[in-house]
Amino acid sequence: MATEILMPALSPTMEEGTLAKWLVKEGDTVSSGDIMAEIETDKATMEFEAVDEGIVGKILVAEGSEGVKVNTAIAILLEEGESADDIDTSTSAPEAASAADAVNEVAPAASEAPAPAPAPAAPQTDTSPDWPEGTTLKEQTVREALRDGMAEEMRRDDSVFLMGEEVAEYQGAYKISQGMLDEFGAKRVIDTPITEHGFAGIATGAAFGGLRPIVEFMTFNFAMQAIDQIINSAAKTLYMSGGQMGAPMVFRGPNGAAARVGAQHSQDYAAWYMQVPGLKVAMPYSASDYKGLMKTAIRDPNPVIFLENEILYGRSFDVPDMEDYTVPFGKARIWRTGTDVTIVSFGIGIQYALAAADQLAEDGISAEVIDLRTLRPMDTGSIIKSVMKTNRCVTVEEGWPQGSVGNYISSVIMQEAFDYLDAPVINCTGKDVPMPYAANLEKLALVTTDEVIAAVKQVTYK
Amino acid sequence: MAPRKSTKKPNVSAEELKAYYRDMLLIRRFEEKAGQLYGMGLIGGFCHLYIGQEAVVVGLEAAAEEGDKRITSYRDHGHMLACGMDPNGVMAELTGREGGYSKGKGGSMHMFSKEKHFYGGHGIVAAQVPLGAGLAFSDKYKENDRVTFTYFGDGAANQGQVYESYNMAELWMLPVIFVIENNQYAMGTSTKRSTMSPSYWERGASYGIPGEEVDGMDVLAVKAAGEKAVAHCRAGKGPYILEIKTYRYRGHSMSDPAKYRTREEVQKMRDERDPIENVRSLLLTGKHASEEDLKAIDKEIKEIVNESAEFAKTSPEPALDELWTDIYATEVPQEA
Repeated sequence: MATEILMPALSPTMEEGTLAKWLVKEGDTVSSGDIMAEIETDKATMEFEAVDEGIVGKILVAEGSEGVKVNTAIAILLEEGESADDIDTSTSAPEAASAADAVNEVAPAASEAPAPAPAPAAPQTDTSPDWPEGTTLKEQTVREALRDGMAEEMRRDDSVFLMGEEVAEYQGAYKISQGMLDEFGAKRVIDTPITEHGFAGIATGAAFGGLRPIVEFMTFNFAMQAIDQIINSAAKTLYMSGGQMGAPMVFRGPNGAAARVGAQHSQDYAAWYMQVPGLKVAMPYSASDYKGLMKTAIRDPNPVIFLENEILYGRSFDVPDMEDYTVPFGKARIWRTGTDVTIVSFGIGIQYALAAADQLAEDGISAEVIDLRTLRPMDTGSIIKSVMKTNRCVTVEEGWPQGSVGNYISSVIMQEAFDYLDAPVINCTGKDVPMPYAANLEKLALVTTDEVIAAVKQVTYK
Repeated sequence: MAPRKSTKKPNVSAEELKAYYRDMLLIRRFEEKAGQLYGMGLIGGFCHLYIGQEAVVVGLEAAAEEGDKRITSYRDHGHMLACGMDPNGVMAELTGREGGYSKGKGGSMHMFSKEKHFYGGHGIVAAQVPLGAGLAFSDKYKENDRVTFTYFGDGAANQGQVYESYNMAELWMLPVIFVIENNQYAMGTSTKRSTMSPSYWERGASYGIPGEEVDGMDVLAVKAAGEKAVAHCRAGKGPYILEIKTYRYRGHSMSDPAKYRTREEVQKMRDERDPIENVRSLLLTGKHASEEDLKAIDKEIKEIVNESAEFAKTSPEPALDELWTDIYATEVPQEA
């Protein structure tokens, strides 16, 4: 029986890819393990092998096609004795058609992805004056914006260097540092052995010695091996030395849940690092904020924890085309203004906040969405100002509920705007469980847009 | 008793020998005074004395040049005095006063001096080892020929991050000297009870790092080994390990009754191997100094130490608003 060969997912967060090259043609016989095609993801070009034996009956997606969604049929494999004419076009034709659509369509990212919730359309309102009116904008992924931010600062300051696992020759485990080895050389883009505790300490020592290291953790889950150096050495030395020396450096990497990577690779550390005096903590959502905050982080004379998100790496946003675009720490971004409720979030949480706000608008509820961007310093002033207007607040994050960022925000609101509250603040968080692997359970463990909507309805008594 | 013969006796002038005597005596007397002040309640918390180990830092500082860096653990008073930090500032930090090196905010275990290239003073066992390798990384990056002395104990030598540091230091040819001060006890656990591989310096061989064992009760042997290690690093040959066999006479910290070893064991070291008595004998038997010369040094040291204690008692406590300073460095002005 003819079987469809589907576009494979070649990484936990891959949603689509480019069919770079077919290495077989129609009529070829293949057996299990033969390389059939080269597929380019946003991270790498991968070879794709046949898993069955058979004859390539039909190639449905031509080589060079971009944006081919995962699980689209890309070819038909025939068994011995079948011919291409036997292909049941009634099943494969629609697939092929949708594949063609997928190729042409510039779909909103993640709309069919294994991501936990649908991404919102780009919001219409951006009231924040992050760049001057009339600035030319270009569309960039978070990945590109991060690299540009680092590269611009490395051009500007010779003491800045990047260190981490696979940052140089491999071009970054998530391709953040793509091209940087070529531009800056092995002295400034440094592959390390797999030894987080050790290289975090070496980088901190280098910062004591007057350099400005950027340490990439392949994920912040691995930074737990290094957390003593981050907190006891990097964050506390300025204080312990009476101001004589400190650690001007950036610790960065993906944080929180990716997709289907299980408990040990899916933790959100926002609340942990946010607690530490001496550290600054950024957790951006949009590409322009990734770039602008990264540049600010590198220039900051203190240790900065820069919490990224793997699912966001491939998302595109408008980024101002400016020579030196920076975003200050401690200034929230108002993604949309509203009058009925304040939704406060940061990082990938903003996608749930914005999606909820869109749907709530249809029900006549006007939500104001505040993106904190940095958690330390935290722009609590903007939260209080908004809550005084809306009298209601819901916080959204993927981290665990006990000791969450939302808990802190709630306490600040209680202390500074208690008389303005018309309902208790609700914290929408990840569930109080280690991250499960099963797709349905993982979805359940993460915060969802529906939960945010339900929380808003609760605080607005709707 | 006769001083033990050092295997490698460097050429050293009478003046240098007297200087080592003086520097070691300063540490000894300073630490004795710190012990007293602790007993009087003027010094709080943890206080780890260096008495018995003086030849290690004095010998290695004799091999260092201006601009070389040093970093160590919480048993750090000796290192600070040996690299020329002001005894007043060190003692006032021990008493938690404004005149201390960290304005009273660091304490015994957390002191620093940018001016003297002393990078602490670290309270987490072995955390200073990758930090020291990182300081050496910064010098290599800047392409100067500075060397970093990274001190740690036999206890720290069993920590994983030490070996992570060895691996990268050799991989990147970092100019760092790993100085293992083997005083034979990790708090109360003797080396015999903590490893089947008690020759710590040999562990570097797994990473391609050369090293040697040194008699840490002999300041001249330490100096000679230090010079060899420094030459290795400055020549761009990467890290070097010195395992310096030493002995602390006092407990791990002030609150340690030291029941894990006998009084006789300590007394034997004091009687037969004391590093200061060793140099004193060399000076006298070689007629490089008279009893009067040494008495004059003793008197000078006593005055310095008394003055530091007086300073540490009279320096005011930090102003209350110091609680809120030095948490963040001020923003670097951003270019337009």
